[in-house]
Amino acid sequence: MSRKLLLTHDNVPNLHTIDVYRSKGGYASVEKALKKMTPEEIVEEVKKSGLRGRGGAGFPTGMKWSFLAKPEGVPRYLVCNADESEPGTFKDRYLMERNPHLLIEGMITSSFALGANTSYIYIRGEYFYVSRILETAIAEAYAKGWLGKNILGTGYNLDLYVQVGAGAYICGEETALLESLEGKRGNPRIKPPFPAIAGLYGCPTVVNNVETIAAVVPIVNDGGDEYAKIGIGRSTGTKLISASGNINKPGVYEIEMGVPVEEFIFSDQYCGGIANGKRMKACVPGGSSVPILPDYLVCKTATGEDRLMTYESLSDGGFATGSMLGSGGFIVYDEHQCVVRNTWNFSRFYHHESCGQCSPCREGTGWMERVLHRLEKGMGNMNDIDLLVELAKKIEGNTICPLGDAAAWPVAAAIKHFRHEFEYHVLYPEKVKDSKHGHKEPIMPVKPAPVMA
Amino acid sequence: MSLLKVTIDNHTIEVPAGTTILQAARLIGKEVAPPAMCYYTKLATSGGYCRTCLVKVSKGSEKDPRPMPKLVASCRTTVMDGMEVQNFTSPEVIEARKGVVEFLLINHPLDCPVCDQAGECHLQDLSYENGRSYSRYEFERRTFDKIDIGDKIKLHMTRCILCYRCVKVADQLTPGRGHGVINRGDVSEISTYIEHAVDNEFSGNMIDVCPVGALTDRTFRFKSRVWFLKPMDAHRDCDKCSGKAVVWKYGNDIYRVTGRKDQWGEVDEWICNTCRYDKKDAKDWTVEGPRKIEKTSVISQNHYEAGTKFVASPETLPVKQLS
Amino acid sequence: MSAHAHGTQHFDETKRANIKFSAEALTTIENLMKRYPEGKSKSALLPVLHVAQAESEGWLSAEVMDYVAELMGIQSIEVFEVASFYSMYNLRPIGKCQLEVCRTSSCWARGAEDVVDYISKKLNIKEGETTTDGMFTLKTVECLGSCGSAPMLQCGAEYHENLTEAKIDALIDRYRSEGTRKNYTDLNYTNSK
Repeated sequence: MSRKLLLTHDNVPNLHTIDVYRSKGGYASVEKALKKMTPEEIVEEVKKSGLRGRGGAGFPTGMKWSFLAKPEGVPRYLVCNADESEPGTFKDRYLMERNPHLLIEGMITSSFALGANTSYIYIRGEYFYVSRILETAIAEAYAKGWLGKNILGTGYNLDLYVQVGAGAYICGEETALLESLEGKRGNPRIKPPFPAIAGLYGCPTVVNNVETIAAVVPIVNDGGDEYAKIGIGRSTGTKLISASGNINKPGVYEIEMGVPVEEFIFSDQYCGGIANGKRMKACVPGGSSVPILPDYLVCKTATGEDRLMTYESLSDGGFATGSMLGSGGFIVYDEHQCVVRNTWNFSRFYHHESCGQCSPCREGTGWMERVLHRLEKGMGNMNDIDLLVELAKKIEGNTICPLGDAAAWPVAAAIKHFRHEFEYHVLYPEKVKDSKHGHKEPIMPVKPAPVMA
Repeated sequence: MSLLKVTIDNHTIEVPAGTTILQAARLIGKEVAPPAMCYYTKLATSGGYCRTCLVKVSKGSEKDPRPMPKLVASCRTTVMDGMEVQNFTSPEVIEARKGVVEFLLINHPLDCPVCDQAGECHLQDLSYENGRSYSRYEFERRTFDKIDIGDKIKLHMTRCILCYRCVKVADQLTPGRGHGVINRGDVSEISTYIEHAVDNEFSGNMIDVCPVGALTDRTFRFKSRVWFLKPMDAHRDCDKCSGKAVVWKYGNDIYRVTGRKDQWGEVDEWICNTCRYDKKDAKDWTVEGPRKIEKTSVISQNHYEAGTKFVASPETLPVKQLS
Repeated sequence: MSAHAHGTQHFDETKRANIKFSAEALTTIENLMKRYPEGKSKSALLPVLHVAQAESEGWLSAEVMDYVAELMGIQSIEVFEVASFYSMYNLRPIGKCQLEVCRTSSCWARGAEDVVDYISKKLNIKEGETTTDGMFTLKTVECLGSCGSAPMLQCGAEYHENLTEAKIDALIDRYRSEGTRKNYTDLNYTNSK
């Protein structure tokens, strides 16, 4: 049985109440951190743990923390990114809903480590009910003295607030999130300066994902070395995977880094195989932004090795034959799903979510969507396919924030691996007229694995 | 203060710390300076949006010589000692810039023949240098209704490239901003949202900073093509601004007044609305002399500048002058 | 296209003069503004607009936004800019229950299009339209973070997941019999499974 660190007690009734949470050992890390450790020691443990940002980028958390500027007399902030909006990702909602105190505990311990006395949890507006759960839990924590002035008599003060957003994927980008938290449009800032130097209100700020902050709790409790024992290489610890799409058991799974992808998809412990006895056609392993993989590259790498659920293994082969772990938004598509329609779907999403600040993203995402829509409806031509490849290239890397990349990658990857399906839409327009054409019969037979060089 | 050495397209220059790549390139000269549609030296926090000034940093610095992984906006990236930058010498930069220009143009109406900005439009220059001769965009273009924001400024949003300069003028030069960017993505627009006159002493500078024909002077609209006018440096005693402006004359009549722009198209000093809109009588101004206009500019076709050799022939004469 | 307003909106001075939020809402707004450091109370704008929307029949008119600007001591354009950026603020009137059906990939792969079609036929409205009795608005939205329980829709604070035709029938019946407006800010919903 796989070890769990974050979802250990997620089926215990009333875990969201502080008494039940305490009875399961909750808030031990706060006690240990505030009474027995210095902030520097906590940062050191996080560094040792090898924990990497769980929001998608996978940047080492300890290193991010150590970049935080500490000028005299200037407040520092910790902001939790609970804007979870990457299509295919719902792990943070699950965690906050079931176990809000774990996040709060992580926020207290992390705030102490970073020297922050005011911290915010920025949660997407659609999760309004989750914000209520968090606020109730925060009120409990205040009442029991885990928050507020002079916590545990150590002289450490911390105020923790929840701020709701109002519907904007871009606010998951950390500087857009800070703008939004300041009551502005969610326009990403131009970097540098990075938030570690000038973040919220121009003060040094760390922005971390919900799961990252929750992982600080077991790291402080058991030590960074213990955490680093789980996993493979630079992918340490456990990861929450949001599994969705055409599988038998969609849901949130906590896995030890390194579980084979094949086991994750097909074993009953996790996804339980493809639903309705169908075959897998493709998989997006890390949220909508990452390249889609055709079935023959999902469980094996191009060199024939087992693909594992780690940062490194999922990106093995680069963008030619690999993808990314990203946020862990694992979407599986069966043989009846149309890749062209799905690519249009993603493209529409990025078009809808572009903030509009910089020209390649503002104009390019809409253009790509329109071309894809036309292709999908059987009204495109062969040139459209190459045009899409070129547009993706012109957007990628040339924008203020990574949304441009996120919009370009799925299109480029879908055409790379499923070009035949795009061509099919051009060649047989009458077969794709019906928007649900993919659901009745496989639009194309699942392509056999090519012989790898 | 020690100077930092930076090399741009094989030209090396030493600049103080804090200088951006774009500023350094401008110090070297036109042959290396990237185009800029949104950056404006006198407007704090401007730049970074349009992406036309992207350059390649092939060497980060003497200390850390690694190249930067992506192209960077030269207007918002500061120079490091020993940095090496490629602008026109990098095919990658040229390609990316072509892409940006194409994106800027897909929804632009290309109505230059009826646009007051023609002849002094930065987008026109940019697309002349980096654009295609045809559009690959086959969908309906985004359009907006023209609106008046006050009795002096016309907002023609369809032409706007969302450079944010006018928003920053309103933020930094006027007491309370009345317009901004509403909506998001490709339906973003410069707007007052509710009917609202943008009206204060310095609001007219929004027209001068607009790189395209989105904000135009209602007291000048459709009066004349700019290349039929003679721009003259002139000044007057003004209690609100420096009074240093350019008067655009046709014969003895002043058709319009603008700020004085440097070779990068940026005004030297902001002027007030009184100077801009209300002083259209030649008696109001002391004319200093003709303004130097670059030979490549369409405005120079009026060949008024002393010493310019120009032999008129029937082909090169303006076909029809507006009366 | 989204429900964003284009061009210049009508502004009614009389309507503006008559806007008044409930005492409870005003207290909430006051408390929200206290959560930020001194001089940074503009930070509360997003949560305040949620309260304002709930106070104003589910949408933000230019007059309501101007009122919010006054409450918060900021320029009204700052409110217009923000309100028009975020997809959860309605700048046009909507029905009492806005059914927001997620249409992004995972939901799409599990039949989101059928859900939209079913509701559309059942209520006899197209996407973006409101029933003539003002009860329901049908809207499609992008990913709501409920991919593992697809297809799904949101109405006010409530998430309705793993939708079937029977479930849709039941929720529409319930909303109709309750007859009340559903706001994101509704307190009593915890999605306890």
